[in-house]
Order: sequence, then C-alpha cells, then structure tokens
Amino acid sequence: MSTGSGSGPGKRSDRNASSSRTFHPLYLVLLVPFIALLWPPFYAMDQPEISGIPFFYWYQFLWIVLGAVLIGIIYGATRGAES
Amino acid sequence: MNWTELGVFIFFFLLVTVLGFVAVSWRRGDLTQLNEWGLAGRRFGTLVSWFLIGGDLYTAYTFIAVPALVFGVGALGFFAVPYTVIVYPLVFVLMPRLWAVCRRHHYITPADFIKGRYGSQGLALAVAVTGILATMPYIALQLVGIQVVLATMGITGSAAATDLPLILAFVILALYTYTSGLRAPAMIAIVKDTMIYITVIAAVIVIPIKLGGYGHIFAAAAAALPAKKGFLILPPGGFMPYASLALGSALALFMYPHAITGVLASYSGKVVRRNAALLPAYSLMLGLLALLGYMALAAGITVSAPSLVVPHLLAAMFPSWFVGFAFAAIAIGALVPAAIMSIAASNLFTRNIWHVYFRKATDPGEEAAVAKTVSLIVKVGALVFVLALGNTYAIYLQLLGGVWILQTFPAIVFGLYTRWFHHVALLLGWLVGMTWGTWMAAKNGFMSPVYPLHIAGATLPLYAALSAFALNIIVAIVLTVVFDAMRIGRAADETVRDDYGAEDPAASPVAAG
Repeated sequence: MSTGSGSGPGKRSDRNASSSRTFHPLYLVLLVPFIALLWPPFYAMDQPEISGIPFFYWYQFLWIVLGAVLIGIIYGATRGAES
Repeated sequence: MNWTELGVFIFFFLLVTVLGFVAVSWRRGDLTQLNEWGLAGRRFGTLVSWFLIGGDLYTAYTFIAVPALVFGVGALGFFAVPYTVIVYPLVFVLMPRLWAVCRRHHYITPADFIKGRYGSQGLALAVAVTGILATMPYIALQLVGIQVVLATMGITGSAAATDLPLILAFVILALYTYTSGLRAPAMIAIVKDTMIYITVIAAVIVIPIKLGGYGHIFAAAAAALPAKKGFLILPPGGFMPYASLALGSALALFMYPHAITGVLASYSGKVVRRNAALLPAYSLMLGLLALLGYMALAAGITVSAPSLVVPHLLAAMFPSWFVGFAFAAIAIGALVPAAIMSIAASNLFTRNIWHVYFRKATDPGEEAAVAKTVSLIVKVGALVFVLALGNTYAIYLQLLGGVWILQTFPAIVFGLYTRWFHHVALLLGWLVGMTWGTWMAAKNGFMSPVYPLHIAGATLPLYAALSAFALNIIVAIVLTVVFDAMRIGRAADETVRDDYGAEDPAASPVAAG
C-alpha cells in the first residue's frame, strides 16, 4: 500500500499525536440514533399518543433532541483528550 | 394585491440587499484571493458557521417541498426528520477530518482533496463534474421558492410581470455575491434565519390555536389522507423507502459542494464539531415546518400545485404584515443557499477544471477573477433554465443530483481514513453508480426516488441513490483487489496521517511546498 494508509475505525494501535482523534471508542454511541431511526417498526404506530400527537411523530421529534444531546456529551467527553 | 404585505416584503428584501454589499468589508480580507472570496478566509466561528451552514442546508425549497410532500402523502414525507437527525453524527465524525486536511493543504474544494490524496486528475475531475452537475439544478430550484411567494402575493399575469421580480432578485444576488463572495450569504443568513425562526415559531403556536390544537390537526389529517392515498402512520410497505431515503439523503448531504464550502469556511475543527451538536436546532424547525402540511389539511387548504401549500396556509392564517414578513423570509431563504451553491460550483470549476485543463499557470488573483465570473454565469444559467423550461425539469434534475452526489462518497469519505482503495477502482465504481442510478431514476420517469429491486425473489423498494451507492462500493472493492494484483500503479499521496487530526489552525501549519 502507499503512504498515509490511515487507520480504519477501531484500529488505534499507533500512539501518534493524532491517534486519539482518529477514532474514539465513545463515537460508537453515535450509532444509537441510526438504530433508533432507521428501523421504522420501532416507531411506526399511533399509540401512545401525547395530547393527540401520535407516537410516530413525537418519537422522531424526541430523537432530534436526543441526537443533539448525545453529540454534545461526546464532544464534551472527547474534547479534553485532544488539545 | 395587498400593499401592506408587499411593502413589508420589499422592506426586508432591500435590507438584506444592503447587507449583501456591506458584507464586503466584514472581517476584511483580500478579496482578490480565492481563499478569501470563496471561503471568507476560513475565519467563521461557531455562531456564524451555525447560521451559514444552517442557512445553506435548510433551503427555501426545503421549506416549501417538505410540508408539500407531507400534505400530499403523509408519513412518508416525514423522512426529512430522521434524515436530518442521523446526518449530524456523520458530520461530527467525518467533517473535522476533511476540514483539517483541507486547511493544511489549502484545499478549497472536495476535488482538490481528491487530487492531493490519490494523485489522480481523472478522479478529481469526476468529483468536480458531479458536484457541479448536482448543484446547478439545486440553484434553479431555489427560484421556485421565490416564485411561489410572488405568485401568492398576487404578482401574476403576463410573463413580464411574473418574471421581472424574479430576474431582479437574481441580478441583485449575483452582484453582491460577485463583490462580497461568501461573506454576503454568511451575513444575510443571520438575518434570514432569525426571520425564519420567528415565522416558524409563530406558525406552530398561532395556527394550532386557530385550528383547535394538535390533537385536532392530526385527527383531521388522518381523515383527509386516505383520499389522497396517504397515511398518517407509516405502513409496513413504506418502511424500506422511508429508512433508505433517510440514510441515503444523510450520507449524500455533506458531499454537496455547498455543504463542504460551509464546513471549510469554519475557523477550526472544533467549530465544526460544536456545530454538529447545534445544527439539529434547524432539524427541529424543519420537523415543525413539516407539520404545516397537516395544518393545511386540517384548515381545508386547496392548492393548484403542492408547492403553494405553505404560502397559502400562511396567507390564510396571519395578518398581512406578518405574511409579508414570512414571505420575505422564504424569498431571502432562497438567496442564501443560491449564493453559496454558486460560489461552491465556481470554486470547483476554477480550481479543478479551468486551472487544470485550460490555463495551468493561473495565479491566485486570476483564479478569484475567474471564479467570480463563473458565479455570474452559473446563476444566469439557473435563471434561464427555470424561466425557459419551468420547474418540472429542475425538480427531476435535483432528484438525479441526489443520486449523483452520493456516488462521490466512497472517494471522499473513505479517502479521509485510508488509501487502500485504488483510484481507478474508485473512478469505475463512481461510473457504475452514476450510470445505474441514472438508469433507475429514468425507469421511474424521474417521478420517484424509490426504485424496487428484485433480489433473490424478494422485492426491495430502496432509494435509488443508496442502491447505486452499494454497487459503487462493491465495484471499488473488487477492482482495487484486481488492480493491486495486476500491479497497476498508484500515484503519490501528498497528505500524511497527521494532516487529518488537527483541531485548530495554530496546530495546523501550512505544509511545505
């Protein structure tokens, strides 16, 4: 292979200056929104409703907020290790 | 015609026009350099980047089209929400790497990165051409946003009466983009997005009060949708289209040149990462806007074209001064993305086509001059396209654009992590993905992005961009193995591993040479 052959996700053997940024294990938490939203059988239903809003809608709205919070937490948790 | 409405509309439109020209001296830089004109010197902090990228991605067309789709088909149109949720983990992980390598090597476009990483002029050209092709119809579609609010305000009649305001708006846009570069849409985005947030918040509070609450709105939508063959709750047959549209669109979004331009204009990798956590505020707004489709159903709005749903609903629910304000927000909302898209397309043309194939000896000053001129041509082209051919073709091409742009993902994103892939294999994977994706869209008559695949007796209705993308990757992997076995040569990689990790500009000194 040629130069600069990077580390793929999960391969962090190199203690090089930037290795901590290459792939932090906490990043795996970011898979959760994908699982929660890309499998519609989890949420394609109308019950339980919240004041007339079907589950299908409020569940996905909730994930907008949860997704942002997760990213915010991971940003905070990984920031210190990097500068 | 309502004069209060029109007066408020014109007032805000003039306000942002002035801002567009004032922006030239904002964070003053030497605008004869492409880095300054086209990326505003890469100096935008968290807040300005938030407005710039948000105003860039959540376009006027989105605000018109998403509620229109929900109005027309119900639950399926809501895929915009999972799409704009899962895109941000991708941005958080991938985009700081792209920012870092582009910052260190002074790359201005994604194709610059491809050229540096793979040393392949052909692959860089493929990425540049795909970016330009996917962006052009998107610019044209922004005009639709302006057209629908003009039509709703009663500016109708002869071709001259309807086209003239549109032409005027675009000429103004073209001029301040020419003089101020990326600074103009950044400054205007701050005003425009404030206006959009005010409009949306007012709409999702006032309209449900008038219509008897959200419970009543959903009940009315549930009653109205079956007649349109739509569903309030996604049926099992819609699961695969829904999920594949969300995933495919999320993977594609940050491959668009205008999205990458927004990222590269950030001051640091931290700014990009923070914005991955902050930009979902726009997704929340988009989700609320989508519900306007159901509010229109509950209010019994009838329209001749789906794109008129939002303007007609707003006009029916609000006093005329606020309607003028909301319509100005939508029209200005068309100008910001149109400006950034035309800048991104000009950067690609100048750096990766003009500079490489027409005039190798360009200095940075000449580069900026060419890019400015191209940005004018791009916008005139979009205007002529929409006026001459109508919206339909722009919508078809924008659908194709999504399919096309995702085919640049393997070269760009895999390239951020590894040089394992052979550049010729990536090029052929791209070609196969482009061809097959276009063929699937054409088979559907460009009417639906979802194409049913028949694999091993099962029918999989998938977003065409995503299945073309899967084939693209398979071809790239197989051919990489084959080409390496055949010892077909690779070019040098001008980037090194450390280039991808830097978080701030101080830690990212300019590479030698």
